[in-house]
Amino acid sequence: MPRMYIFKRFERFWHWAQAALIIFMLLTGFEIHGSYALFGWERAANLHTTAAWTLIGLWLFAIFWHFTTGEWKQYIPTTRNIVAIMNYYSVGIFTDAPHPFRVTQLSKHNPLQRLAYLLVKLFINPLIWVSGLLYLYYNDLAASKIAALAGLQLGSIALVHTAAAFMMLAFLIGHLYLATTGHTPLAHIKAMITGWEDQDHPAQELSTEGARVQAARAG
Amino acid sequence: MRTGIFMAAVMASMFLAPAAPAASDLASEKLLKSTSDHAKFKALQQDFSSGPEVTKACLTCHTEASKQLHRTQHWKWEFLNPDGQRLGKKHVINNFCTSVASNYASCTTCHIGYGFKDDKFDFASEVNVDCLVCHDTTGNYRKQPGLAGNVVTKPMEIPPGSGNMVKPIDLRKIAQEVGKTSRDNCGACHFFGGGGDGVKHGDMDSSLASPDKALDVHMDATGLNFACATCHMTEGHQVPGSRYAPTAQDKGGAHLRGKEYTSNPTTCQACHGQAPHQTNAKLNDHTDKVACQTCHIPKYARGGVPTKMSWDWSTAGRMGPDGKPLIRKDAKGHVIYTAAKGNFALGENVVPDYMWFNGKVKYTLFGDKVEKSDQPTLINHFEGSAGDGKSLIWPVKVMRGKQAYDPVNKTLAVLHMAGNDDTAFWTNFNWEKAVAVGMASVGAPFSGEVDFLETESSWPITHMVAPAKDALRCHDCHASGGRLENVPGIYIPGRASDHAGWLDTTGWAVAALTLLGVLGHGLGRVIVSRLKK
Repeated sequence: MPRMYIFKRFERFWHWAQAALIIFMLLTGFEIHGSYALFGWERAANLHTTAAWTLIGLWLFAIFWHFTTGEWKQYIPTTRNIVAIMNYYSVGIFTDAPHPFRVTQLSKHNPLQRLAYLLVKLFINPLIWVSGLLYLYYNDLAASKIAALAGLQLGSIALVHTAAAFMMLAFLIGHLYLATTGHTPLAHIKAMITGWEDQDHPAQELSTEGARVQAARAG
Repeated sequence: MRTGIFMAAVMASMFLAPAAPAASDLASEKLLKSTSDHAKFKALQQDFSSGPEVTKACLTCHTEASKQLHRTQHWKWEFLNPDGQRLGKKHVINNFCTSVASNYASCTTCHIGYGFKDDKFDFASEVNVDCLVCHDTTGNYRKQPGLAGNVVTKPMEIPPGSGNMVKPIDLRKIAQEVGKTSRDNCGACHFFGGGGDGVKHGDMDSSLASPDKALDVHMDATGLNFACATCHMTEGHQVPGSRYAPTAQDKGGAHLRGKEYTSNPTTCQACHGQAPHQTNAKLNDHTDKVACQTCHIPKYARGGVPTKMSWDWSTAGRMGPDGKPLIRKDAKGHVIYTAAKGNFALGENVVPDYMWFNGKVKYTLFGDKVEKSDQPTLINHFEGSAGDGKSLIWPVKVMRGKQAYDPVNKTLAVLHMAGNDDTAFWTNFNWEKAVAVGMASVGAPFSGEVDFLETESSWPITHMVAPAKDALRCHDCHASGGRLENVPGIYIPGRASDHAGWLDTTGWAVAALTLLGVLGHGLGRVIVSRLKK
């Protein structure tokens, strides 16, 4: 089967490091929240904080990478062909229909992925980061001269942080499952590890949205 | 060869060198601390026949001492609450032995004076100030109960008719050895508040006379060895740090030498400042809400001496099968019932109650209306809230009592407990008589009826500071059902009662539905692929 190099080395590192950190932070975070006891509250809190700073560091690199490589364009949302994608996941996948989208280097994500990842990057993540940093520096807020910050209650900050964590959890569950929907259950996961994606439907190439975008960019 | 000579010289010098003064003799040790040897003062080279005579001698040099003492709470037993309530031992009622009124001669054993036997005591008398009770260093100075603070200078039977002969104390020797106050001096009264060792406060008892580090890091007898006055930095005999005027929240920094301070020197912050945690800075983020004591005094009554947790006067007066007043003890030999006092519950290593406290304390005093329907009556109660900007979460000993009141006039009762007369409860076990005399002693009306009322009093916990390693850990409070479970008005991560229920329900539901959705989808894929085969 023909293959295509889709996910570059840093991208893969970023993805898996982020995945590990997010799963770990969900685990420690919900312990801090009081949902269960696993590491012990003190360790959970310390680990959660350390992981948070690590993830912030990783993100700084990732943002830099997205902008310097132009990869940020992968997340420009589009609704074109989105119905076809939804049809595929609700019907086509059961009837062995071909996937309406073909991955290329310039268009790695189908329209549904684009939307989902953009939502994570522009909504859930910022919500987590902002509320998390406010949580971490709650004691210094009162001393800040900014009235809107000084008046914030820890309860409200925690509420937003927890809500964002639930969103992340729901995303994670969906994401983990959808990773198994390649032409074999492990195909996508293998691609995310090696960087090489199998091209399972080369014949459909020109009819796909991805190809059109690719052609448009190339043109 | 040279080396040999050198070695010999060294060894010789070791033998010939004058021996270092063996643990420097007592006199020179004293000289390091004081320029006066009280034994050499003519005024003290006499046989004293009473306490006031000693004081008279003290005043020949320390001319203004009594005038200083007259201005203190220790002398006046009176404190004016900022809200106007007249407090102090002379006025308050508690749910231990209840009141000084009508029981002076017994209670004033712990007054820093001589002869405070009734409400006619002369508070202007200079010779009646007791210097020795605070400045004795011999440990032999004793004030026997029932003598209104006077000391025994001739062999005496106490209590009269008991056959218990008390030997006189050597005032001459004691006066010649006076010095600075120690834990023993303060402890002679403060360890025994409420009528016995450790009874009242919970964080003060005789175990603090010579505590180890685990019991109190500051008073650790073989370590820092703080005296009470190390924190209660006294000037002009005014001892700061009274619980009548507590500093619940100290926002100042550590006190520096050479600077003038008006703030309370007894607070933790007065030495440790606002950010004392160095290895885990997050802990410093707690100091705006949580008193140091809350984490650093994980339990009280930790020194092996139990404290009274409750006291039920209503059961007092029972006689044993032998017709004598009944006494019952627990397995450890601690008294848990006496005919004179009723039932007690004792506690050791007690987890405190926790509450917001802003330093204001409101008291229920004699004459204040009390209602049985409103039990428990709060003998005193700590004010404060999460939002007033002045409160911290404090550890508190809550003492629960059941004590006499007048159900018709609806006032707490003054009890005539001690005394060798027919009306004293401890002699006669008759409530009506004891209350009648007690109420009359303060000029209060009494209906003739006695009933019992549940009461609560609160005592701030601030002594018995444990080593850092024994302080509370995060999970002690950051949990459901933790130490601070009942403290309102604050969001504590990890405490389920703070959660927005709708969010947790929605959040887990969304996660579960997502999981269910993808599992269903996956199952569909599996089934379809099987069917095709």
